[in-house]
Amino acid sequence: MTIAPDRLSPHQDDFYSALMDAHTGLAEAQSHALNARLVLLMANHIGDLPALQDLLQTARGYDD
Amino acid sequence: MAYDYTPFPYVSAPGLTAPEPRHRVAIVGAGPIGLAMAIDLAQRGVPSVVLDDNNVVSVGSRAICWAKRTLEIFDRLGVGERMLAKGVTWKVGRQFHGANEVYSFDLLPEEGHKYPAFINLQQYYAEEYLVDRARAFPDLIDLRFKNKVTGHEDRGDHVVLTVETPEGEYTLETDYLLACDGAGSATRERMGLDFTGQTFQEQFLIADIEMADSPFPQGTPERWFWFDPPFHDGKSALLHQQPDNIYRIDLQLDVDADGKAEAAPEKVIPRIKAIVGDKPFRLDWVSVYKFRCIKLDRFVHNRVIFVGDSAHVVSPFGARGGNGGIQDVDNLGWKLAAVLAGEAPEALLDSYHDERSHGSAENILNSSRATNFMTPKTPVEALFRAEALRLAHDQPFARRLLNSGRLSVPCSLEGFPLQTPGDLSGRAVLDAPLQGPEGDAWLIEQVQGRFTLVGFGEIDLPEIDGIARIGISQTGKDYPCFSDPTGLALQRYGAGRACLFRPDGHVCASFERPDAASISQARNRALGLAP
Ligand SMILES: Cc1cc2nc3c(=O)[nH]c(=O)nc-3n(C[C@H](O)[C@H](O)[C@H](O)COP(=O)(O)OP(=O)(O)OC[C@H]3O[C@@H](n4cnc5c(N)ncnc54)[C@H](O)[C@@H]3O)c2cc1C
Repeated sequence: MTIAPDRLSPHQDDFYSALMDAHTGLAEAQSHALNARLVLLMANHIGDLPALQDLLQTARGYDD
Repeated sequence: MAYDYTPFPYVSAPGLTAPEPRHRVAIVGAGPIGLAMAIDLAQRGVPSVVLDDNNVVSVGSRAICWAKRTLEIFDRLGVGERMLAKGVTWKVGRQFHGANEVYSFDLLPEEGHKYPAFINLQQYYAEEYLVDRARAFPDLIDLRFKNKVTGHEDRGDHVVLTVETPEGEYTLETDYLLACDGAGSATRERMGLDFTGQTFQEQFLIADIEMADSPFPQGTPERWFWFDPPFHDGKSALLHQQPDNIYRIDLQLDVDADGKAEAAPEKVIPRIKAIVGDKPFRLDWVSVYKFRCIKLDRFVHNRVIFVGDSAHVVSPFGARGGNGGIQDVDNLGWKLAAVLAGEAPEALLDSYHDERSHGSAENILNSSRATNFMTPKTPVEALFRAEALRLAHDQPFARRLLNSGRLSVPCSLEGFPLQTPGDLSGRAVLDAPLQGPEGDAWLIEQVQGRFTLVGFGEIDLPEIDGIARIGISQTGKDYPCFSDPTGLALQRYGAGRACLFRPDGHVCASFERPDAASISQARNRALGLAP
């Protein structure tokens, strides 16, 4: 589990509302598809395999 | 003890028997905004008549969180210290998810401010103190309760009002009409002005209870906010402390809840018991609200000017309604006084619209984001929020995503035409402790109310008619000088700089080498006299 430093603030609310706006008007299935595309785009943007593997593990680590 | 709503006396208006001479300013509404407006103008020597349809202060606590900047403005208006003394100062906010604390924040770890980041004080106290203060100006403030404005007509260079009283109707003429008649402004409706925006479907139950035992650890007042609390499944809840052992509880209700039924004590009491447990309490006030985020396109319509909730309403998450309105007053007071005194062109009033419309847009943006976060509208919004909450238990970045209200901070006026571009320009005064000829003082007490040039560190301030001068960390000058015992003033403003503060405490220009010509020019620009 990686605890990353906060890099979003002070723009966290701008980001979050832009994220919600991106989903506005989409059916649930379309939203899931958007999320999938977004993950792939962000992965490409990060472009660092070890970092991505770490993020995957961290996200998975919250599974209950 | 429940607040004692003593009615204010009704007095017969002179206009009932004979026409009144034209007033300079008529203010409709004696809520916090109308009262503060009258006091601000009176402190500048401008008389006003205040007309209110009611004769008691705000029924119910309504606005309870007053922000630092508002308190600083209230300080200038002569009620800040009284509010601070009575109010509950709180610093720590805790956010819960279910039964677990996700994180807590401390509002103002920073020292060296006269006023704390926030106090909680019921709106009825704020209004009571403002009425008391207004009564200190018997020659300048004409307070008329049970005087309902039922009509107005803008005649170009004045406005004619129709006023209804228990004894009948009269008319009154005024140079300017300030509509401080609240969210349901009849002035606005009469003018047919569009007032549409986001209305949130969710309803909120707002309850005040009186309870002797504090629910907080060691009895220290805090702000507690729950997402999905164990006692209120899938919704949100807020717990806050006010003076007199009164606690505010906000509970989000279902979209289709029956508001009336929800406000009934037999419904409310079990909900509160689920939060506070066995502690005995008394129900003081209950109300059910739907919230809106809306503002007028224009705040200034020739001789009719909208101030406070009549111009803009926000959902209360972030405490920006009353706080935003007081900043309106602060912005408008000196401008209107300057226009009435013939020291500034009437166009200066348009800058009130520009600057405060910007401020209220900022408030609306923040309030609607908080309300959106608290009330997810779609399964995907709910999903993101649930996962943000889950991550927030250990990821600092996710904590910052949680939004139960971004608490009101002063708005910067940088980039607006009255300000001369430069460092710090547009920023609201940042307080600092000072030591002066008369002992301990605060920067906010020195710079508010008039144009003031402040020299920080060794820098000479030229004398200019109509501009007060103050030196900080300087000696041997022919104007009042203060020392900076904590070093915070110079740290916050920089040494070797002069700042010109507008009467509302915003920096309108700063200078490394202040000379009389550029200072005068900056002042004239702030008065709308020069570009
Ligand atoms: C539940 C709740 C919680 C809130 N919490 C906060 C908070 O924590 N912090 C914050 O800053 N704000 C808060 N607010 C917002 C705050 O209460 C308002 O922003 C504030 O009351 C606005 O003041 P005002 O003077 O503009 O309007 P009002 O307080 O509504 O006053 C308007 C006045 O005009 C009078 N009037 C109306 N029509 C006429 C007429 N025709 N003739 C004569 N008089 C008339 C009314 O009687 C009233 O006295 C909250 C609001 C609610 C509802």
